[in-house]
Amino acid sequence: MTRHTGDDGDEASGTGASERHGDADDGTRSRPGVPALGRDEQPAIFVPDDEEDEAAGGGEATDPRTSADPRTATDQRTATDGGVESATGGSDSAELDPDAYDPIDVFPEGDLDLRDGADSCYKCTSCDTSCPVAEVDDEFPGPKFQGPEQWRLKRKDDHDIDESITSCSNCMRCDDACPSSVPLSQMHNEARGQFVEEQMEKLSLEYVRNRILANYRTSARLASVVPRLSTFAMNFGPARWAMDKVLGIPKEREFPEFATQTFREWWRDRGGAQVENPDKRVAYFHGCYSNYNTPEVGKAMVRVYEHFGYEVMVPPQKCSGTPMFANGMLKDARRHAETNVENLVAAIGDGADVIASCTSCSMSLRQEYPELFDIHGIEDVSDHTFEALEYLRIHEDLDGALAESDGPEDDRELAYHAPCHARNQGLARQAVETFRDVDGVEMEDVGDSCSGISGTYGWKSEKYEKSMQIGEEMFEHMEDAEGEVGMTECPTCAMQMEHGTGYEIEHPLQLLEETVVA
Amino acid sequence: MEGSMAIDSEVLVVGGGLAGITAAVAAAREGADVRLVSHKASTLRQASGLIDALGYVPATEPSKPLREGPPTAGRNLDPDEWPDPEGPLADPFEATDRLPEDHPYRLVGADALREGLDLFDDLVGDAYLGGHTDRNALVPTFGGSVKPTARYPASAAAGLASDDRPTLIVGFRSLTEYDARAFADRLSAAGVPFDVAGAEVEFAEAFRADAKTTRLAKALDRDEAIDGTPAREALAKAVGPHLHDVVDDEGGVDRVERVGFPAFLGDDHAAEVRADLADRLGADVFEVPMGPPSLPGLRLEDLLYDALDDAGVRFETGTPAVGYETADGDDRIDHLVMDRKGSAVPYGAEAVVLATGGLVGKGLDSDREGIREPVLDLHVPQPSDRYEWFVDDAFGEQPYARFGVRPDDRLRPLDAAEEVAYDNVRVAGGVVGGADVAREKSASGVSLATGLVAGREAAREVQQ
Repeated sequence: MTRHTGDDGDEASGTGASERHGDADDGTRSRPGVPALGRDEQPAIFVPDDEEDEAAGGGEATDPRTSADPRTATDQRTATDGGVESATGGSDSAELDPDAYDPIDVFPEGDLDLRDGADSCYKCTSCDTSCPVAEVDDEFPGPKFQGPEQWRLKRKDDHDIDESITSCSNCMRCDDACPSSVPLSQMHNEARGQFVEEQMEKLSLEYVRNRILANYRTSARLASVVPRLSTFAMNFGPARWAMDKVLGIPKEREFPEFATQTFREWWRDRGGAQVENPDKRVAYFHGCYSNYNTPEVGKAMVRVYEHFGYEVMVPPQKCSGTPMFANGMLKDARRHAETNVENLVAAIGDGADVIASCTSCSMSLRQEYPELFDIHGIEDVSDHTFEALEYLRIHEDLDGALAESDGPEDDRELAYHAPCHARNQGLARQAVETFRDVDGVEMEDVGDSCSGISGTYGWKSEKYEKSMQIGEEMFEHMEDAEGEVGMTECPTCAMQMEHGTGYEIEHPLQLLEETVVA
Repeated sequence: MEGSMAIDSEVLVVGGGLAGITAAVAAAREGADVRLVSHKASTLRQASGLIDALGYVPATEPSKPLREGPPTAGRNLDPDEWPDPEGPLADPFEATDRLPEDHPYRLVGADALREGLDLFDDLVGDAYLGGHTDRNALVPTFGGSVKPTARYPASAAAGLASDDRPTLIVGFRSLTEYDARAFADRLSAAGVPFDVAGAEVEFAEAFRADAKTTRLAKALDRDEAIDGTPAREALAKAVGPHLHDVVDDEGGVDRVERVGFPAFLGDDHAAEVRADLADRLGADVFEVPMGPPSLPGLRLEDLLYDALDDAGVRFETGTPAVGYETADGDDRIDHLVMDRKGSAVPYGAEAVVLATGGLVGKGLDSDREGIREPVLDLHVPQPSDRYEWFVDDAFGEQPYARFGVRPDDRLRPLDAAEEVAYDNVRVAGGVVGGADVAREKSASGVSLATGLVAGREAAREVQQ
């Protein structure tokens, strides 16, 4: 039987007794609530990208296709992209298709038209109910306001974006909760980007602090030059006191340790891939954290995948953009996305699928990229990206391999927390289910609450207390669980888990390495 | 890249609501290896948390025949020309025989309803009451009406309308959808056998004007300080002055014996919050089920997903079914195609239970051309003229309310020729046509009864 991978119009692939049905690749039929592919039913946006900044940002030229866009030409403030272009000759076009627009679509702005999304909202408030911030912060009006309601309000010229958008932690739980497929996080990202771009004082300490937090990769890269000194200096008491007072980075938090050898250094030193296999190739998107802070996760990924006969590629890459989206720094995110997309598209061209070990990185590449940016090939990157364990579960007989193994060397009891961004990719239960029947492993799901750190949210002094209140439920459940070691896919969830319980935290790939490879 | 079908299960249940969960557990208890997938977080969080079975039997024919003529002309009847629904029903089971022939209860039988409720009781334990009798309980809901329901959460137990103890209903100015005094008046007008008063108190005012009910629940759960006073104490203090608000028919003043609150009394520690308040007030405390966002619905969701886990069911949320492939000359579904954020991934199964919901749950989709079932494209019987989908009386017998897939008595979906469409598919819950669950007050019961049968049938299909 042939596996259908989606939108390439692969009509002849039904074989034998099988016949293909469904209209996943048929864009002509309206199917509210059940998107054909992904929940990206909206055209992607190109964020405000006005003249001044690009030279400083590395000299990228303005995308010629967006300049050619008739709507952009008349409106320099914002620009739409009119759709995402596909590197493999997919169905999307950079041209504006008049048929794609509703006749009453008369909003003059050139930015992303989220009207369909706003209209799909029937105010059931499921999103508000799912919001971990609204549960502890009654000053936060909730996702329904930040999304469809604010979107309508700002149709009027004299309406600014409400500052409360900066209290959204971008956990994206509202996306998963909405029964009507309103693109809530896309709306939040757009509003936050606009707020930071147009209303936030660029010399303010808050902006500077957020920019630093959002550009973790930059700090981490510098810190990794002298990792031990950096780890010490970043956590040096008086320095932390000053950071709290001046920048608003809470002194309670401990900066993560920097590895003495980054993942990429390790990869170079071992001579790159040890397995060559043109039929089974993956491109590893390790993200910043596995590179600078927890290279053991990256190493586990490589060893596990090589064990299953994959040729691992490690293309050049920058930040996935997750912390930048959460801080409305969309220009930074886009600049990094250009590098990532270019290199990942090349890898896809070589037959690879893209694998991330951080669930926020995979979330960003899969969902936020095509929702927010128009970069050549960005939709192909989205379609070919998977989380590391997810991919093995789809393509390998993981259950079989685990059943044959004798389990880890020592019995392991683990308290597993599913990150919100994993939840949104349908991955909340995969670790627990994968290891359920493995000898010597007891993994307990500590529940469906949010850890509360949400990337950079918990790294802000004014949010620290709320962050810990959100995390309280998870801490309690971790204490109740048998295991004294935590497990999660997300680096910042791991920080919060460790911060709240003192447990050591591991990644499922490490356990998989221990069980299957060793 | 070619992949083996690693995401394989014996029974694949599509839909994470009450019907899907029931089917999954029922199949797992028959020994099947079960996976449940749902597109979005469970719709249980939007539900009231009440488990109704059958509260009314609405008339399906007007008192006098429709006039001849174009479709709309005859349907523009005065609402008065429809007989009132029969009910509220004391016994939901004996009334199932008076439902239309293609009603799901008629297909699977009243025993399936009974077994479905038994299964539910087993899954939720003492968190729910009502299983001691066949008779419906009458539970006041936030609109001021009284709903016949087969099971109710323990948090609503002290509020039953059949209880004659004097009652205070508490409201808050900032909770605009809930007016305690109007609610109390409406209950009195409905002829409840107890004296009741409504009072608006100062508590939620300490929060932002439109603070979410989850915020209030969390504050009570954690007993957070509200302007220096712990939340539970602050709430009890606010209610205290109103404990003698109830005036009986003779003008006498009774101290209330029970106090009803909008359903936000805690989430994880709800029982503790209620007990604490009852202690402080010297009266029983109950919750009035509300519209969404619904804490009782969220609590039920948590209970049932824990039950899924205990039953060994694998489940995942966030993956919509977007296509399928058939085998055996189109008689069977071989696998469904699930969308994982842009990647189409096949999920193999020996039997499939479709429990995707109705028009609101998006298990049925409609446009100007017609109504369709979007996952397997199952046949949905419907009038060809769109003007026959509805009648003008908004609360009347709306034909669209009964739209859905028509199954046989084993819940196998039928095609346009009334033949079984796929041997290894079963349907359950809102996607099944024939019931007007909103008017009948039968949504939960239909999900439990059809979920149970579909789950068992699917497991049997696997064993064959």
